[in-house]
Amino acid sequence: MLLLIQYTLIFASVLLLVALGGCVSEHSGVINLGLEGIMVMGALGGALVMKFLPYTDGSGNNLGMFLAVLGASILLGVFYSSLLAVACVNLKADQTIVGTALNMLGTALATVVVKSMNTAMDPNNHSSEIFYGKAKESFITNIGKFELNWFMLVAVILLVLVYILLYKTKFGLRLRACGEHPQAAASVGISVFKMRWAGVLLSGMLGGVGGITYITAGVSTWKFENGVAGFGFLALAVMIFGAWHPFKILGAALIFGLFRALGNTYNAFDFLKSLNIPTGVYNMLPYIVSLIVLAFTSKNSAAPKAEGIPYDKGMR
Amino acid sequence: MKHNRSLIRNSGFQTFATSILCIILGLIVGYLALLIIHAEGAGEAIGDVMKNFFTRPDSASRMKYFGSTLAKTAPLIFCSLSVLFAYKVGLFNIGAAGQYCLGMGVALRLALESAINPEVKISWVVCLLCGVLAGGISGAICGLLKAFCNVNVVISGIMLNWISLYGTNMLLKPVMNPTGKDTFRLVSKAKQALLPTLGMDKLFNNQYVTIAIPCAVLVAVVIWILLEKTKLGYELKATGNNPNAAKYCGMKENRNIILTMVIAGGLAAMGGAMYYLSDFEQWNVNSSSVPAMGFNGIAAAFLGGLNPIGSIFSSYFITHITMGGGNVNLSHYCPQIADLISAVIIYLCGFVLFFKTMVNNSLRKSDERRIMRQRAAEEAANQEGGNS
Repeated sequence: MLLLIQYTLIFASVLLLVALGGCVSEHSGVINLGLEGIMVMGALGGALVMKFLPYTDGSGNNLGMFLAVLGASILLGVFYSSLLAVACVNLKADQTIVGTALNMLGTALATVVVKSMNTAMDPNNHSSEIFYGKAKESFITNIGKFELNWFMLVAVILLVLVYILLYKTKFGLRLRACGEHPQAAASVGISVFKMRWAGVLLSGMLGGVGGITYITAGVSTWKFENGVAGFGFLALAVMIFGAWHPFKILGAALIFGLFRALGNTYNAFDFLKSLNIPTGVYNMLPYIVSLIVLAFTSKNSAAPKAEGIPYDKGMR
Repeated sequence: MKHNRSLIRNSGFQTFATSILCIILGLIVGYLALLIIHAEGAGEAIGDVMKNFFTRPDSASRMKYFGSTLAKTAPLIFCSLSVLFAYKVGLFNIGAAGQYCLGMGVALRLALESAINPEVKISWVVCLLCGVLAGGISGAICGLLKAFCNVNVVISGIMLNWISLYGTNMLLKPVMNPTGKDTFRLVSKAKQALLPTLGMDKLFNNQYVTIAIPCAVLVAVVIWILLEKTKLGYELKATGNNPNAAKYCGMKENRNIILTMVIAGGLAAMGGAMYYLSDFEQWNVNSSSVPAMGFNGIAAAFLGGLNPIGSIFSSYFITHITMGGGNVNLSHYCPQIADLISAVIIYLCGFVLFFKTMVNNSLRKSDERRIMRQRAAEEAANQEGGNS
């Protein structure tokens, strides 16, 4: 049971972080379909730091390491999301195509980087894996039997920060105005381009953190060929289910995290095991649930009105 | 001069030119990446990627690898047709990957029934049709959700991709070859389900060259006719351009959305079914990722300028460099460099509209300037005439 809670919380943290990223970006008026790619890049940054930063077994150094990992994934996530910002804000490209391209590019780029790094170090090693087992374990604090992953705390802190940023500051109000009616926002002197850039870069940051959280969730090595298994898109579903509001997104993320965690832990429950349902069904469960949920929640969409539409000064 | 001008203004030519530009830029980025990885040999590596089967020593093996490239192009054509058909109606069918997977799964399961029950022999026609039907149903779910529940097609497509993947794995587990993780080969267990080759296998000296290739080209032509020359195609495109106007004119928006997704799903599924019924590859029943074919279909569709005929060539090109990626010197580089190049190409394809607007704007401006100059000259001439 404890294991289920633990998995639920860690998956929910990932979904929460990435969905918040999508939420900030969409409030500024840009649909960020490239979250999946951003997650991969964030994961790559963090994994590289964990691999190369000298690891000390003693106490005290973990926090520095943790911050370095966090910083690297944020840096790479933000950098990568700027590709989306250039294309969608300045060059008015089709946001769906660019987002999809970024997803493909993220996985391809990460695979090429890791593979060529592995091959350069050992000519016979053609795998796309990075091993970071030891470093990852230092990010976990045991409370009784419960393993508290530090990234869960990061997720909660960022949730509060995003809420305050979006709903309690001048910046947030302006950002949301650009997603609802950019022309109106521009008419009172807000720079729509700047706000949208800010929204996309913030989503890059949150997506990057989500990526590193995802790959350190259970395993101690990651194969970058696999990307992040559709979590970026699952997060978008969470965001829609959460009606583009941070705290509702938290609730949605917990529900989705639970279903995702069931797939990993159902063997521990005699009751579920006795039902004899094939693993495939559990794997499908989060996706099926999200489809059903979306079918009921999409009709009265609370989406920002101008999302997905490139800002055109001439349109009033 | 005049001819030259009208060529630049031609929308089709503009699309073609921007596609070529995207390819060149993509290749440059790929070359730079190779340079960073290992400077010596980068030129050779990018050459290997572009040459693909031309690197083979003799003409017989070149023909064989050309055949393999064609065999892999066929499913990509189907996937890109699926994506572009939906896109014409304003829907982004990212679910092509799942529909492809599902079509393959159903077709392969039926074909390999003979591996479990040797007396049941299902012919390839039935397998193919059932596969297409399954893809169509998957597409219909997307369409229904969009039409009646307003679910974003991209999101529902992605969800269905994963559902289809795990569903296919479950479906094909009983026909797994116990010596590995792959399904049985059709050649050894279900010869009757192999696609006919019409003698092309002899021509290419490659048993995987089947009717899938001419079929793909034929379907591309049919889709072009459907979109450009029929009333249905016109209605579908109108719905895509402006749903409200189309509704006002009495076109049934919901019906059109669902119909489009059914056709798009069927197309992608046909690609998957045909590819696996030609026995080129076997399905790994523990696959943990959706086949990349569907996503590459997006690349091919946009690179082909969203034109069914264009997608034949763009599909070939993408397959060509992907297969070429396998030729690079593995002691320094990795085959995924080709994926990187195609991803960069699609990223750039997002700008096609921007390029076009820019070109057209500058053309319009130069036109205006010319007209102004002409007018000024005329006025000056008039004034001179008045003075004298």
